[in-house]
Amino acid sequence: MANLLQIAGLKAFYRDFQALFGVDLYLDAGETVAVIGANGAGKSTLMRSVAGVLSNQPEMVVYKGEPIGALSAPDVMARGIALVPEGRKLFASMTVEENLLIGTYGRKVDGPWTLRGVYELFPILQERRHNPSTALSGGQQQMVAIGRALMSNPQVLLCDELSLGLAPVVIKDIYAAFPRIRATGAAIIIVEQDIGQALAVSDRVYCMMEGRITLTGRPGELDRAQIHAAYFGADQHELG
Amino acid sequence: MNWVDTILQGVLLGGLYALFAAGLSLVFGIMRLVNLAHGDLIVFAAFLILVLVSTLGVNPFLAAAIAAPLMFAIGWLVQFILLNRTLGKDILPPLLVTFGLSIVIQNGLMEGFSADSRRVSAGALETASIPLAGLNIGLMPLLTFASAILVILVLNRLIYSTSIGRAFRATSDDPVTAGLMGIRPERIFAMATGIAMVVVTIAALYLGTRANFDPSAGPSRLIYAFEAVIIGGLGSLWGTLAGGIILGVAQTFGAAINPEWQILAGHIAFLLVLVCKPRGLFPRAID
Amino acid sequence: MTSGFETMMAEDGSQTPWRTEIGTRLSTGFAGVALLVLAGLAFAPFVVSRGVLQDLFFILTMLALAQSWNLLAGYAGLISVGQQLFVGCGAYALFGLVTLLGMDPILAVLLAGVVAALLAVPTAFFVFRLHGPYFAIGSWVIAEVGRLVLAQWKMLGGGTGTSLPREAARDMAGIALLKDWFGMKAALAADALTFWLALIMVAVTIGFVYRLLKSKQGLGLAAVRDNETAARALGVDARRMKVTVYLATAFLTGIVGALIYLQKGRISPDAAFSLTDWTAYVLFIVVIGGIGTIEGPIVGVILFFFLQNALASYGSWYLLLLGALAIATMLFAPRGLWGLVSERTGIELFPVRRVLKGRPLAQTAKGGPNG
Repeated sequence: MANLLQIAGLKAFYRDFQALFGVDLYLDAGETVAVIGANGAGKSTLMRSVAGVLSNQPEMVVYKGEPIGALSAPDVMARGIALVPEGRKLFASMTVEENLLIGTYGRKVDGPWTLRGVYELFPILQERRHNPSTALSGGQQQMVAIGRALMSNPQVLLCDELSLGLAPVVIKDIYAAFPRIRATGAAIIIVEQDIGQALAVSDRVYCMMEGRITLTGRPGELDRAQIHAAYFGADQHELG
Repeated sequence: MNWVDTILQGVLLGGLYALFAAGLSLVFGIMRLVNLAHGDLIVFAAFLILVLVSTLGVNPFLAAAIAAPLMFAIGWLVQFILLNRTLGKDILPPLLVTFGLSIVIQNGLMEGFSADSRRVSAGALETASIPLAGLNIGLMPLLTFASAILVILVLNRLIYSTSIGRAFRATSDDPVTAGLMGIRPERIFAMATGIAMVVVTIAALYLGTRANFDPSAGPSRLIYAFEAVIIGGLGSLWGTLAGGIILGVAQTFGAAINPEWQILAGHIAFLLVLVCKPRGLFPRAID
Repeated sequence: MTSGFETMMAEDGSQTPWRTEIGTRLSTGFAGVALLVLAGLAFAPFVVSRGVLQDLFFILTMLALAQSWNLLAGYAGLISVGQQLFVGCGAYALFGLVTLLGMDPILAVLLAGVVAALLAVPTAFFVFRLHGPYFAIGSWVIAEVGRLVLAQWKMLGGGTGTSLPREAARDMAGIALLKDWFGMKAALAADALTFWLALIMVAVTIGFVYRLLKSKQGLGLAAVRDNETAARALGVDARRMKVTVYLATAFLTGIVGALIYLQKGRISPDAAFSLTDWTAYVLFIVVIGGIGTIEGPIVGVILFFFLQNALASYGSWYLLLLGALAIATMLFAPRGLWGLVSERTGIELFPVRRVLKGRPLAQTAKGGPNG
């Protein structure tokens, strides 16, 4: 059976600088896949390439059999791939509820994720629904960002660095919502620097370094030394 | 000088200036673009209304209603094909391209219509007046002011209570992330300019029926629109109305002292606000 | 300016003095040619007809205005559509000094520049409160204020304007000299004097702009234009720099404005503060020629002159064409005609980039984010 999302030989450039050197990755329906790696490894570039923010060759990203690598972000999200961008990127001039509502602009599909569904997932947001999005704490903003992406009832949810800048207890709260999201059938790719959290929620893991996949496998099958080497590079010093 | 009458005339004049400014304010709010051809587009619309009135024989209000969708399309196309290409971090291209556009429109109109002064006839309405509190208030100025209020109400409703309005605000905040929501910024910008051109058509209706206009009248309208926006403060349409009113009142006071001082009085009011409150009287936007 | 460079090591481990160079062989060669051209032009009043002389005068004054505007907009990033304020004020200062105070016109031209610069001080106070496109329109508004105020000055003709008294022009310093030595008629002599002044102004303006760009301040200016925040973080006083450029261009523009109207002999507020003549044309010259370069306005003014001659009888079509050309240039060739040439060939006649010369740097194979 073909994969839901197939990334093959993905190369990405920022002007003259090459960020991805032929990345291969696949995602099946209902799976949660984690992509880990240090800063600058290319994880966000990978997410943005899939989401259409960066344009690539069409066949480098294939979704449900269709080559979408060259499509723009609006076209990609209309097909059911939603990105929770790095840094949340909420719309500053809008309230919490308006931020959630805008998530349906390009794709109006029936599904479990309505305003009500999102408020049930993250009850604190219902309390704050009319607050300006900038008035929320980092963790709450992350919830809005996730909810906003969910509102389009995507089949693939891309989460870029959810834990960035958040306290550990807040990160736990956010990831505690994941089982509910998985239960509705969405396939998820999470990009994380928090290795522990990534391994805990995912079915499979990819590790990246300097624009390449250096390791892949199931969390249970990989040992610490392997991950360390793949994350930091074999010739780096022990970082404890 | 009859104080009350002067102030009242000024307030009503402010309605016209607010109409000039509303389109400018909208476009700047969404895409940080100041269209230096804005005033010339008002004059262009006035000529369009004139042509419709004379060829179709309809009254100016109906002509404006016919002109509005045409102006919407023109604005949409100009933005999509031409002005979208100038948007970016550099402020030079939009300024120079819209300046060039201003010159092109002015001279195009000059070639098409000659430099003669024109006026759109509104028939009996032009001199009609309503007695109110002991004064005779012109019907057209009153309609102008009422239209300004209506336009601002509708625009605010559009921006703050509709889905497309949310799309406007999202695009203004962050065009890239807006794309992730399925919003296409190029089309949003084109729509914004299209809507601004509809407002411009309404402004042109009242400009054309109120006073003489000719192909070179554009730059002055741009300056009044600009002054109203700056006095009122960026980002708030009601602020723009307030700015228009202050400008109108300053001008009518100046005119009451000496007719040659009308425009200068407006400039001085503008400069005073610029010195004392550089962000305007009711600023809202974070620039 | 070279701190830190002394400690960089060359490949063989020795310490080599580094230096920055700005001139190139081509530019030095060009400088020689330019001097020859200048000298040649200086002889023009003796060889060409009065009509040609007036044409040359027009080209020179437009070039001087264009170089000033280019410095303001292209280098300092201050896009003004209100420089006609200084043209008009310089011109009216001249008329005021000559008509009301009986001053010699040549001296008055210089003082007109000073008047314009003095006026630029309060003007800057207002206009620097605005940014970007609002700065542009604000400068326009202030120019309009200038026009309206001067239209009220009845002693200088009010709204309809006035002419220079004939004696004032005929008795300028130097006219007697020209009449005696070369047998010139007074009218031609007056034109010759204004022509030489225009030539001097072009040389001074270009020289000033070039010196400034080659200096440390010029480097700071370029930094401010590219990224003001970063430049300020490095200690560049952005505000001071911009105000200085604004005042300097006001001075230069004021002198040229006075010169233009000295030659015309007649002034009116609408003409002296005309947006079309002193901003639209100048802007088109700079943009189509090549903004942000010294060569650009030179190319632009030559093209402009030929276009104007060819299309003079077509009135509005001429301006329409100019506007369309400016739009097309901005969209498809944003660096103008000179930019197209310069990009293809790499020629720079007035180079301002600093090139590091010395020994080759030690290079290793590594690069990229992790080493």
